[in-house]
Amino acid sequence: MPGKLKVKIVAGRHLPVMDRASDLTDAFVEVKFGNTTFKTDVYLKSLNPQWNSEWFKFEVDDEDLQDEPLQITVLDHDTYSANDAIGKVYIDIDPLLYSEAATVISGWFPIYDTIHGIRGEINVVVKVDLFNDLNRFRQSSCGVKFFCTTSIPKCYRAVIIHGFVEELVVNEDPEYQWIDRIRTPRASNEARQRLISLMSGELQRKIGLKVLEMRGNAVVGYLQCFDLEGESGLVVRAIGTACTLDKLSSPAAFLPACNSPSKEMKESPLAHPPSHGCRSTHNSPIHTATGSRLTQNFSVSVPTLIYTGMGSGSAGKEGGPFKALLRQQTQSALEQREFPFFTLTAFPPGFLVHVGGVVSARSVKLLDRIHNPDEPETRDAWWAEIRQEIKSHAKALGCHAVVGYSESTSICEEVCILSASGTAAVLNPRFLQDGTVEGCLEQRIEENLPAGCGFCHIPYDELNMPFPAHLTYCYNCRKQKVPDVLFTTIDLPTDATVVGKGCLIQARLCRLKKKAQAEANATAISNLLPFMEYEVHTQLMNKLKLKGMNALFGLRIQITVGENMLMGLASATAVYLAALPMPGGIQIAGKTPSDGSYEQHISHMQKKISDTIAKNKELYEINPPEISEEIIGSPIPEPKQRSRLLRSQSESSDEVTELDLSHGKKDAFVLEIDDTDAMEDVHSLLTDVPPPSGFYSCNTEIMPGINNWTSEIQMFTSVRVIRLSSLNLTNQALNKNFNDLCENLLKSLYFKLRSMIPCCLCHVNFTVSLPEDELIQVTVTAVAITFDKNQALQTTKTHIEKSLQRASTDNEELLQFPLELCSDSLPSHPFPPAKEHLESARSNSGIPAAQRDRCSSWIELIKLKAQTIRRGSIKTTVTVEKASPMGEGNFRNRSAPPCANSTVGVVKMTPLSFIPGAKITKYLGIINMFFIRETTSLREEGGVSGFLHAFIAEVFAMVRAHVAALGGNAVVSYIMKQCVFMENPNKNQAQCLINVSGDAVIFVRESELEVISTQQPTANCQQSCAGGEVTT
Amino acid sequence: MTSELDIFVGNTTLIDEEVYRLWLDGYSVSDAVALRVRAGILEQTGATAAVLQSDTMDHYRTFHMLERLLHAPPKLLHQLVFQIPPSRQALLIERYYAFDEAFVREVLGKKLSKGTKKDLDDISAKTGITLKSCRRQFDNFKRVFKVVEEMRGSLADNIQQHFLFSDRLARDYAAIVFFANNRFETAKKKLQYLSFGDFAFCAELMIQNWTLGAVGEAPSKPDSQVDDMDMDLDKEFLQDLKELKVLVADKDLLDLHKSLVCTALRGKLGVFSEMEANFKPPAPQNLSRGLVNVAAKLTHNKDVRDLFVDLVEKFVEPCRSDHWPLGDVRLFLNQYSVTVHSLDGFRHQALWDRYMDTLRGCLLRLYHD
Repeated sequence: MPGKLKVKIVAGRHLPVMDRASDLTDAFVEVKFGNTTFKTDVYLKSLNPQWNSEWFKFEVDDEDLQDEPLQITVLDHDTYSANDAIGKVYIDIDPLLYSEAATVISGWFPIYDTIHGIRGEINVVVKVDLFNDLNRFRQSSCGVKFFCTTSIPKCYRAVIIHGFVEELVVNEDPEYQWIDRIRTPRASNEARQRLISLMSGELQRKIGLKVLEMRGNAVVGYLQCFDLEGESGLVVRAIGTACTLDKLSSPAAFLPACNSPSKEMKESPLAHPPSHGCRSTHNSPIHTATGSRLTQNFSVSVPTLIYTGMGSGSAGKEGGPFKALLRQQTQSALEQREFPFFTLTAFPPGFLVHVGGVVSARSVKLLDRIHNPDEPETRDAWWAEIRQEIKSHAKALGCHAVVGYSESTSICEEVCILSASGTAAVLNPRFLQDGTVEGCLEQRIEENLPAGCGFCHIPYDELNMPFPAHLTYCYNCRKQKVPDVLFTTIDLPTDATVVGKGCLIQARLCRLKKKAQAEANATAISNLLPFMEYEVHTQLMNKLKLKGMNALFGLRIQITVGENMLMGLASATAVYLAALPMPGGIQIAGKTPSDGSYEQHISHMQKKISDTIAKNKELYEINPPEISEEIIGSPIPEPKQRSRLLRSQSESSDEVTELDLSHGKKDAFVLEIDDTDAMEDVHSLLTDVPPPSGFYSCNTEIMPGINNWTSEIQMFTSVRVIRLSSLNLTNQALNKNFNDLCENLLKSLYFKLRSMIPCCLCHVNFTVSLPEDELIQVTVTAVAITFDKNQALQTTKTHIEKSLQRASTDNEELLQFPLELCSDSLPSHPFPPAKEHLESARSNSGIPAAQRDRCSSWIELIKLKAQTIRRGSIKTTVTVEKASPMGEGNFRNRSAPPCANSTVGVVKMTPLSFIPGAKITKYLGIINMFFIRETTSLREEGGVSGFLHAFIAEVFAMVRAHVAALGGNAVVSYIMKQCVFMENPNKNQAQCLINVSGDAVIFVRESELEVISTQQPTANCQQSCAGGEVTT
Repeated sequence: MTSELDIFVGNTTLIDEEVYRLWLDGYSVSDAVALRVRAGILEQTGATAAVLQSDTMDHYRTFHMLERLLHAPPKLLHQLVFQIPPSRQALLIERYYAFDEAFVREVLGKKLSKGTKKDLDDISAKTGITLKSCRRQFDNFKRVFKVVEEMRGSLADNIQQHFLFSDRLARDYAAIVFFANNRFETAKKKLQYLSFGDFAFCAELMIQNWTLGAVGEAPSKPDSQVDDMDMDLDKEFLQDLKELKVLVADKDLLDLHKSLVCTALRGKLGVFSEMEANFKPPAPQNLSRGLVNVAAKLTHNKDVRDLFVDLVEKFVEPCRSDHWPLGDVRLFLNQYSVTVHSLDGFRHQALWDRYMDTLRGCLLRLYHD
C-alpha cells in the first residue's frame, strides 16, 4: 500500500441554480479515485454550500497514483428523480508525488461541465502520504520530475543529460465506440476526458520508468500530444529528454542572469553555473572526407542535410569517425543510444559544439484500426522509422546528435502525415556522461574559439560536403569554415554574436489536391510533399535575404493535410549572425529581355527589392562592420555572381532533376520571372508589411538585440477560421487567402497590443488546421513583453567575416529521392517490400507501391521496437515578424502592471521558460490538461466566436486555478498543443477539444528578491531589469 | 473569403476604455467602428478597417460576457474566468453603473417598474441617449434598488458593499433609490432647472435626518443596527410635523418669531423690507407660513411626493422674484430657524431642528437659477 491519498471538500460557491422553484441548489460531492467513491452530505438550499467534509482517504498503489486523476463531481440532490450533475473537476495529483514539488493542493477549482462550461467553484484540499517502496520491480516511477521547459530549468543544474525518451499508448476513442450511440454527449465527452487523462498518467509513468532505467531523475522538454485518429483510435504520445538534475541550493548565487534576459542576452538565460566558455575543440580544420551519396526522401525539409560522414574510414551506416578525440568520446557516448535526440532548444553553455542544419523527415501513412491497444506496435514502428531517418540525415551532416527535436502529425480522415524535425549537431560529451572528460575539456575550451561563433562552424567535411554549399572562414574567429546560411530549430545560443535585431519570418503555402480515397489519396499527398517542402524553403530563403539576414532559429515547418488541399506554414526567427557572411542581394531576371517595357518593369521590381533590403537593414539595425578581406584558402565569392533559382512549379520529377538549386554558391539570388506565378511570388515577397513601429516579433524565446524586458507580459491565444469561396479555387487564390489570413491576424495582434509598445511578441506559435473542406483555421499563441526602450539597444560587437553560402540542400534532396529507396530507410523494415502495405505511402521512399494493401499481417513483420515519441516542446523561435525600429516618438508610457492582490491571486502564463524581471524559485510540477466543450445552442452562446472565446477563457481559468492550488503564481513553457474545433451551424452545434500544458512555478520579483539577496555577495543577478515593475 | 470565427483571448483580459465607453453608450459594432474611424484611430495606428472591425467585435464579445458578472460586482472579483487587475475591475464596475445626467433626471423619483421601462423609448428620443444605454441605466437603478430595498443599515454603505462602488457613486445611487422609493416628483417644469446633484444633495440630508435610520442617531453611522431603514421617511416624525403649525397659527408666536428675526437681521439684509413684508399674514407669499405648511402637509403621501414642488413654489420662487441674493437667503434661514429656540411658548424645539436643519440645507441648495 504505497500511498494514501487524502481529500477534503471544503466548500462551493457561485453554484448554478438547479432548482427552478427555489432558485437554489441542494449540492453534494462525489470524490472518486480509481474504483473508490466517497460522498459528502447534501448541503441543502444554497448556492454557496459549506460541506467542510471529513478527510476522504484512498489507499492506493503508487502506480495508480500516477495514472489516475482524482475525479470530483458536484451534483444536485433530487429526491424524486436522478441527481443532476453540476460539473466535474479533474485533479492531476502527480505534482504531489515528488518531494521537491508541491506538498498540498488546495484552492478553488472551477467546476467544469462539458456542455455548460464553468459552473461555480469548489474548494478542495488534497494531500498524499507516500510510503517508501523498496520493490525493485515496481511499475511506478514516482519521483521523476517532468518539465515542459525545453532548457534546463532555472533552479537546477544538469549533471548528466541522458538523452531521448519516448513512449506511446493507444486506445479506442470513446467517441467512436458503439456505446456512444446511446449515451449523452456529456457522458461521451467525460469518458474521453477521463480516458485521455488516464492515458497521460500512464504515459508519464512509463516514461518515468525509462528515465529511472537510464538513472536519470527528470524529463526536460517533455511534450505529450494526442492524435485523434477517429475510427482507428486515440494515440497519446510523448517525447522528452532524460536528465539528472541537481537542485541549486541557492539559486540567487548561481543563476546570474538567468531569469531575466533583461540584461545582456549574452548573459544567458540558461541557468548554468559552473561551466564557461564552451567550445570544444578540434584543432584540425582539415576534414578528410569520404564520399557518400545523398540520401533523401521527400520528406526532408529544408536546408537539410544530407550527406556523409567525414573523417577517414567510412563506415556505412554509422557514419564516419569524427574528427577529433572529442567527437569520438561523444560519439561513443551517443552511439549507445538508439536515438541521440534531444528535445532541448537551449543548452547549458558548452553543450552545443557545432550545428549542422535542420534535418527533417515526413511520412504519409494510412490509418488502420489499432487491433490490440496493449501492443501499439504499428505506431511505434512508424515513428521508429522516421527517427531512423532523422538520425541518418544527421549523420550525413557529420553530426552525431539531433537537438531541438520535435515530432508532429496531421490527420485527415484516414491519412496521417507524420513529421519529425530537429537540428543536427555535435555535442560536448561532458554532459552526456558522468563528467569524466571534463578535465581535459576544460583546458581546451577557450583557447580555440572565441565564444559566439563555434556553433556555426561546419561539422561536416569541406571537401565532401553533403550538398553544394558555399563555405568561408568564420567571420568571427577566421579559423573554421562556416556556411553562408544556417537554419536551425533551436533557440539562438546565448553566446551567439548577433548583429542588430531579429524578426519573425513565415513561409506560407497552399496546394490544392484532388479528393481521393485511401491509397490514391496518400500517393497524391506524398507526391505533393516534396514540392511543398521545396517551395517553403525557397520562400524562407527569399524572405531571409530580403531581410538582409543570414540565419534562422526556431524553424518549425508545419504541413497540414485537408480533404482537398495541403497547407504549409513555416515560422522562424531570422537573425544576422556575425560569424556568417553577409548575405547577397536578390536579383531579378526576366526571361525575355527583348521587350523594352518588360525590362523596365523588371528593373522597377529590382529596385523595389533592393530598396526593401536596404530598408530592412536599417530597420533591424544590421550594419556589420566591414572587414578587410583576408580570407585564406577558401573560395571567395565574387560579389555579383549569381545563381539561378528556379521555381519548382515543374510537376514532374524529371524536370526537377535538372534544376540547379545551388543558389548557395553565389552571392546573390536570382529570381527568374518567367510566368505570372513567379511574378506573384515576387509581389508577395514585397507585400509582407513590417509591424508597426515599436513592435518586434520572433518565435524564439527572446529577441536578439532586445534586453531590458519589463515585467509586463500578456500571453494570448488568437484563433481565426476563414471560409474559402469554393468557386474556382486556384493555388494562387488559395495562397493569397492564406497569406492574407496570417498577415491580417498579425496586424490585429499588433493593433490589440498597441498599448504595450514598445513591445515584442515572443514565442509566436502559429498552428494551421483544416477542419473542413473550405475552412482554414489558424491558431496563434504568443506572449507580448514590453521592454524599456531606452536601454533596448544593445551594442553588439560584430565580428564579421566573409563567408560562403551554404547551399540549400533541399533542392538536392528532391533530385535524389528516387535513389533513396535503397538507402538507409530500408533497414528499418525487415519485411519484403511487397508487403510494405503497412504504410500507405511512405513519403520518404516515394514508392507508390508501398501503399498497396494494408493488411493486418504486417504487424507481425515489424521487428522494430517502436518508439514513439513526440517531442513536445514547442519552442518557437521568436522572430520579429516584421520589426521596425522605433522612433523615439513611439515610446509611450507603459501602464505599470497592476498586479496588486485581489481576491483572486494573479497567475501569469507564458510560453517562455522564464518570467521577465523575476526569478523562478520553485517548480511545482507539470500541468497537462485536456478539455472538451460542446454546445447544442451555438447561436445562443454567441455563435462560433462566442463559444470558442468563452471556452478558451475557461481553459485559461482552469489552468490558473490548478496552478494557484499548487501554490504557484505562474505557468511557464505554456503551450496549447491542440485546439480542435468542429461546428455544425445547421444543427446549432459545435464542439472543441483543447489540450494545454506547461510548468507550474513560483516566482519572486527581482525587486523583492533584492531585499533578500543583498547580503549575498554572489548576487550578481541583475535587478536592473526590474525596471517598471510593481512590487505587488 | 469570409471570417467565420475570429477571437483573441488574453491571459489578462484586455479592456479598451474607449470601446467600453462605446459599448456602454449602446452603439452597435458597426456604429462603434464608424465612430472609432472618425476619431482618427486608423491614422494613429496605421490599422485597416478590417482590423478595427475585428478588434471591436472582440471587445464587444468580452463585454457581453462580463456583463453577467457586472450585474453582481462581487462576482466579478471572485470569478476565475477573466483575470482582470483590480484597478480595471473597479473601472469596469464604475463605468457600467455610471449614468447620464439627462437620463437620471428623467427617471428620478419615478417608480422603477415595467411601466417606466416602457417609456424608455421616449426618454431615448428626448435625450438622444441610445435606447440600449437607457435600458442599461434603468436596469442598473432597478437592480440596485432590489438588492438594497429590504436591507438595514446605511443605504449608501449597503450599496457600496454589494456593488463595490466608489463613495461618490454609492451616494448617488442612494439618492436614486431613495427618490424612487419615495417617489418624489422631479419632472415638473418648474423643477427643470434643478440638477441631479441638487436632488442628490437633498436626498442625502433627508436620509441623514428624516428616515427611520436617523432616529436618535448621529446620521449615517453604520453602527446603528436597530431598525435602521434608510429608505423610508420616519412616519412618526412626519406626523409630528403637524405640531409645527402652531408657529403660524398662534398669532403671538408668529409675531414674536417675526420680531426676533427682524431685530437680528436689521441692517444685515439687503432685502430686509421684502423679508419683513413676507412675514405678514396677509402676504400672499408668506415664507414662514409656506415652510410650516409644507411640514404640516407631509403626513400625506401625495404631499410628500410634491415636497420639492412645494419648496420651489413656496420659498424658492418668491425669493427669486424678489431677487434675494443667496447670502441673504442663508442669513434669513439661519436666523429664522435659530430664533425659534427663543420662543418660550414653543415646545417642539427638537422636532423643529430635525425639520429645519435639513430643510435649510435643501433650500440653500435649491436656490439658484
